[in-house]
Amino acid sequence: MPKKEYLKKVMVIGSGPIIIGQAAEFDYAGSQACRALKEEGLEVVLVNSNPATIMTDTHIADRVYIEPLTPEFLEEIIAKERPNGLLATLGGQAGLNLAVQLAERGVLEKYECELLGTPLMAVKKAEDRELFKETMQKLGEPIPESAIVEDVASAVNFANEIGYPIIVRPAYTMGGTGGGIADNEEELTDIVIKGLKYSMIGQVLIERSVAGWKEIEYEVMRDGNDNCITICNMENLDPVGVHTGDSIVVAPSQTLTDSEYQMLRSASIRIIRELGIEGGCNAQYALDPNSERYYVIEVNPRVSRSSALASKATGYPIAKVSAKIAIGYTLDEITNAVTQKTKACFEPALDYCVVKFPRWPFDKFVYADHTLGTQMKATGEVMSIDRSFEGALLKAVRSLEIGVHRLQMDFMADWDWETIKTRLTQINDERIFVIAEAFRRGIACVDEIHKITKIDKWFLRKIKSITDVENLLEQMPLTDDLLRRAKDVGLADRSIAEITEKSVNEIRQQRKAAGILPCYKMVDTCAAEFEAATPYYYSTFHAEEDEVQTSDARKVIVLGSGPIRIGQGVEFDYCSVHSVWALREMGIEAIIINNNPETVSTDFDISDRLYFEPLTAEDVLNIVDKEKPEGVIVQFGGQTAINLAASLEAAGVKVFGTSVDDIDRAEDRERFDEVLTETNIPRPQGASVTTVQEAFDAAARIGYPCMVRPSYVLGGRAMEIVYNEAELKDYMGRAVKVTPDHPVLVDRYMEGTEVEVDAISDGVDVVIPGIMEHVERAGVHSGDSIAVYPPQTLSSKVIFTIIDYTKRLAINLHVKGLLNIQFVVVNDEVYIIEVNPRSSRTVPFLSKITDVKMVNVATRVAMGESLASQGYKSGLVDFRPYVAVKAPVFSFAKMTDVDIALGPEMKSTGEVMGIDYHYARALYKAMLGAGMNIPVHGCILITVADKDKEEMKQLAKAFYDIGFNLVATEGTAKAIGTMGINAQIVGKVHQRSADIIQMIKQGRINLVINTLSQGKHSANDGFKIRRATVEHGIACLTSLDTAWEVLRVLTFMRERRLVYSLAVQDYVGGGDDLA
Amino acid sequence: MKGNISGKIILQDGTVFHGHILNNFKATGEVVFNTGMTGYQEILTDPSYCNQIVTLTYPLIGNYGIAKRFMQSRKSFVNGFIIGELCREGSSCHMMDELADFLKEQGIPCLYDVDTRAVTRKIRSAGTMKGIIVPADADEAEIKELMAVPIEKEVVAKVTIPEAYEIPGEGPHVAVLDFGIKQNILGSLSRIGCRLTVLPASTTADEVLAMKPDGIFLSNGPGDPKDVPEIIENIKKLIAADKENNLPIFGICLGHQLLSLALGADTYKLKFGHRGSNQPVKNLLTGKVQISSQNHGYAVDDKSLDGLPMEVTHINVNDGTVEGMRHKELPIYSVQYHPEASPGPDDNVYLFEQFRDMLTKGYRW
Repeated sequence: MPKKEYLKKVMVIGSGPIIIGQAAEFDYAGSQACRALKEEGLEVVLVNSNPATIMTDTHIADRVYIEPLTPEFLEEIIAKERPNGLLATLGGQAGLNLAVQLAERGVLEKYECELLGTPLMAVKKAEDRELFKETMQKLGEPIPESAIVEDVASAVNFANEIGYPIIVRPAYTMGGTGGGIADNEEELTDIVIKGLKYSMIGQVLIERSVAGWKEIEYEVMRDGNDNCITICNMENLDPVGVHTGDSIVVAPSQTLTDSEYQMLRSASIRIIRELGIEGGCNAQYALDPNSERYYVIEVNPRVSRSSALASKATGYPIAKVSAKIAIGYTLDEITNAVTQKTKACFEPALDYCVVKFPRWPFDKFVYADHTLGTQMKATGEVMSIDRSFEGALLKAVRSLEIGVHRLQMDFMADWDWETIKTRLTQINDERIFVIAEAFRRGIACVDEIHKITKIDKWFLRKIKSITDVENLLEQMPLTDDLLRRAKDVGLADRSIAEITEKSVNEIRQQRKAAGILPCYKMVDTCAAEFEAATPYYYSTFHAEEDEVQTSDARKVIVLGSGPIRIGQGVEFDYCSVHSVWALREMGIEAIIINNNPETVSTDFDISDRLYFEPLTAEDVLNIVDKEKPEGVIVQFGGQTAINLAASLEAAGVKVFGTSVDDIDRAEDRERFDEVLTETNIPRPQGASVTTVQEAFDAAARIGYPCMVRPSYVLGGRAMEIVYNEAELKDYMGRAVKVTPDHPVLVDRYMEGTEVEVDAISDGVDVVIPGIMEHVERAGVHSGDSIAVYPPQTLSSKVIFTIIDYTKRLAINLHVKGLLNIQFVVVNDEVYIIEVNPRSSRTVPFLSKITDVKMVNVATRVAMGESLASQGYKSGLVDFRPYVAVKAPVFSFAKMTDVDIALGPEMKSTGEVMGIDYHYARALYKAMLGAGMNIPVHGCILITVADKDKEEMKQLAKAFYDIGFNLVATEGTAKAIGTMGINAQIVGKVHQRSADIIQMIKQGRINLVINTLSQGKHSANDGFKIRRATVEHGIACLTSLDTAWEVLRVLTFMRERRLVYSLAVQDYVGGGDDLA
Repeated sequence: MKGNISGKIILQDGTVFHGHILNNFKATGEVVFNTGMTGYQEILTDPSYCNQIVTLTYPLIGNYGIAKRFMQSRKSFVNGFIIGELCREGSSCHMMDELADFLKEQGIPCLYDVDTRAVTRKIRSAGTMKGIIVPADADEAEIKELMAVPIEKEVVAKVTIPEAYEIPGEGPHVAVLDFGIKQNILGSLSRIGCRLTVLPASTTADEVLAMKPDGIFLSNGPGDPKDVPEIIENIKKLIAADKENNLPIFGICLGHQLLSLALGADTYKLKFGHRGSNQPVKNLLTGKVQISSQNHGYAVDDKSLDGLPMEVTHINVNDGTVEGMRHKELPIYSVQYHPEASPGPDDNVYLFEQFRDMLTKGYRW
């Protein structure tokens, strides 16, 4: 029972789709909060638009609404559910902003719904720059000289007063959207214009830059009785200037004296008290490295990304405790779940070092600006734990899955000292690798690099101690002593092998023979002062006692999916968690290995044992040696886990589910061709080539346009459609390095309807829970397409063919568990594009809307239970009577210089779902939830490639018919003219007359339809137009298919009620009882 | 690593943990652990650790070197130091010396590269016990000899100042009995405006009262409070005199324990003590919890307070032990923990402010 006994029903707001600045951490926080509330017997209503989350499972909340996170939809749900409490501090900035809007619109008052946790005033005091400044001044807490401005001129005047550099931060945004550091007036003007646009209230803060100071963060908790504790402090390796989400962060602080530590701790407590926050809060400081002077930089009056990190770093469940505080408990009344003896009212003591490393999307957005500044660019992060900083740092590096295993990038080997020196001054994702390269070559000392980077010498010396050992490895024979030193500084066997030119296996053998084995230690919140019950472990080579209590029970390891990145999001964590739950349900001990602090899977009470470790063969095998499990499940951890299957099997580890050989048959181009021949399934004509000439020959044979990509990819990396030989030549030279070991695939590009299927097979039967049809035609990456369940346009013949092909493939590939297939349908003929013998990003979506517990069933299958024994019949599960639409969500606002045009390369960071009995309303909900700004009237700019002009004419007429004005470039306007419609003619961007960009900037365009055109000028023009729409928050449709669906929504909007909600339970019926 | 001498800590029950030994200094002492993540210098120089071998659970030590202003006493009184990684090159603008140099200069035996979590788990389950730091190749005879060295009991006498001295101040005059006082307690008393006369532990009650102080402070210090009966007798006299002169008396840590013994209560040894910067203390008068810095191996038995004119004001949230008490009639109060912090949080400065109000505004409960 809650302490506030009048509370019966509480609504929790989730954070919506994964975007840069707001990732999986809120699934973790929200799920924990919902469970904490349910524990108290409260009825929980959850609203989140993101289906790929654990929190939207029907067993997490009593009523789950997967609806757009807008005040209108929330009001509708509140009116319907009548919760008497609202918990919004666990849904990130999105949740908090909504709570503010609901309160300001009088919705909460009208429906007598109490805002739980942090009061509204506290939110305002922390987030409104002027109020924040006043509050800090009242407290005597120093903040950098600053001014709030609402226009550019005032910004420039203020800057002239206090001098440059100047930091710009928009009010009410997350992830620093629209902010930046300006060194001069021109830069300032630019950033302020953008910042004003992104701020919800049209304000930006400009302030003195303290770039180069130490950046320190504190996580603080306060309860209604004014008890305050700090959970953790964190020090950024990167000095002030880099967004904390883009910084390498270490916990606890390493270079602060007790006096400094306590000074900032006390400040944090004064601040949380003054703000009156009830729950978790995060405070960020700049600390002068040359005195004890500090400034308060920022306060987040809610559970944040840093809170998730602090939770995982300490073992202290911040979200859970925040939820309990919100319903009236005080810290000394809440049990510490870790020790189960002590209370939540204490400060965790760490006896290890934690490193967080950001995961940037630059592998996808190769041409994006890699510079790191006040605007966050990372999509995710990894965390690692060790007894030494070096160990933790290197674990983090190899957890990133960016093709490096230590602080070394091959291409830097060619750089000369001048290049390195220049690169050291550039603050980007590669800086720490450049630093290591400089040390490795012995061309710069700690002092020099400190002078350039301002990174504390303590951190620099640690990096140097790693490269020193690397150099020894290069120069000296690998004695056991040297090997021990290499492991002491955290080098992976693979790195040691690479440097000593031995095989990984040799190193592993020598290491084991010498008894150099990791010990596993527990994360227990209290530095071993009390006995703890948490099964949460990390490895270290700096120990002599291993404290893992393994058991003789049946046990299986589930591999997680690592950091959130484009192409591998929170969906795979959802799958890992469900697999763990399934195993536990079966009475098998489930052990999870993962390194992502934002996730539910790394919550200590999900699995029987959690190993917070890198997902590399060595790290996993060490755990296997320790635990001796029956085997490992790889099919739920995305490509991360699949990629480990072969090396685990080679080391004698049993891989449950589809065999490693069959995985290879599905993934290897030539072997897959054999599969298709055997099953007699057609695919677009294609070839695997190993030289540029072969590529030309193949393309000529197959015919243009062609789809080209490297083999073994994830999320369509470096995949492109080329229309002629010139483009192919450009691609082969730029995007890939083709070698006999790394062939490039050239396929006929078939412009048809893309269809996606997820199925479960036990080798005998094949269950297809659902089929999804993509709105955008093939050529747009499936992750970036709008997917519709059930299909809206496919003929029965096509559907039966798809079922048939799916069965044939599953049986032929001996799939034991999940598989995902993508088809393209051209003229009612079905072709196969690809098969993924693993769970896919659509599994959570499909599980939720079909009520087939896909991961649970697949886990059981992998463990040997047949589908029949689980009550499933082979074939397609009957379509449901409602429609669910999955729409991609992009973070283009955070990534300047990235082309937003959709193509075969995946660009979305997250997804939302719209569900309804009407297709159009489901579509509307999905588009709204995805943040697409659909205008109901106004002006549409149309500029399309020549190949699209015919189709565009119809589309233009349809928009015109429902009352839109049209603006087009000359050629397009002429085409539109043939339909008897007048479009206003606008000059092309490079022609500079009556410029399109100007019109967008002036707000005269409400929607843009733009398709990619070839040719230097138009390609460049198109890019500029598309970027301009992002900067000005206008929807830009780069596929005519999307445009048709927008039209459908707009037509529907004229006739129907738009805001209408039902809980997932109402659609699918009943909750499940998994948890 | 080159230049590192292998060493070990051997506990009384025969348990051995390995590491490297600094300067080949050997040690015998009572092995305890502290869970604070910062403040190694304050811990090393807190006289309450006299005779003890202090294990730090946080594994990276020495990161910010040593600075004079963090000294809590004129020197370190610890018998030994057990840590994980010893940072040889600290980084801080406040730094004046490297930790390793300080350890050498102070003659502190140090075993580093130790799995201090393992040591802590051992002490947690088996209780505080005697241990020795020796080189790995120490022979049986040497080990036996070191293990036989008795744990000194005369520790207060060892750490207290030999001669009284004054710390000027504008405000009320406080007689401070130094049983091993930390610098920041003096600092905290000065900051509330007191003029201080710091007195050796052996100062008699009559001598204290003869100074006509406005208040009396009983400091922290090392060891078992029952080992200093003469001081307890002195405090009894001070309490007796208080019935007439009504002077505020404030005790911290050992001062708190001595006060309770003088009042007729009892103390006992905790299994492994409370040492760290994260101990939650509930103020029973306000219902609020503060985080405190603690360093004590003994505690006041709450049952022994029954029937005495004493009221428990603070308890430890983790184990319910007595953390503070006050006299029901006289202006006497004490806490087991360290409101002066250094190291640790300064949530409890209010206890000094209360002392100031008692001294200057005549505040009484």
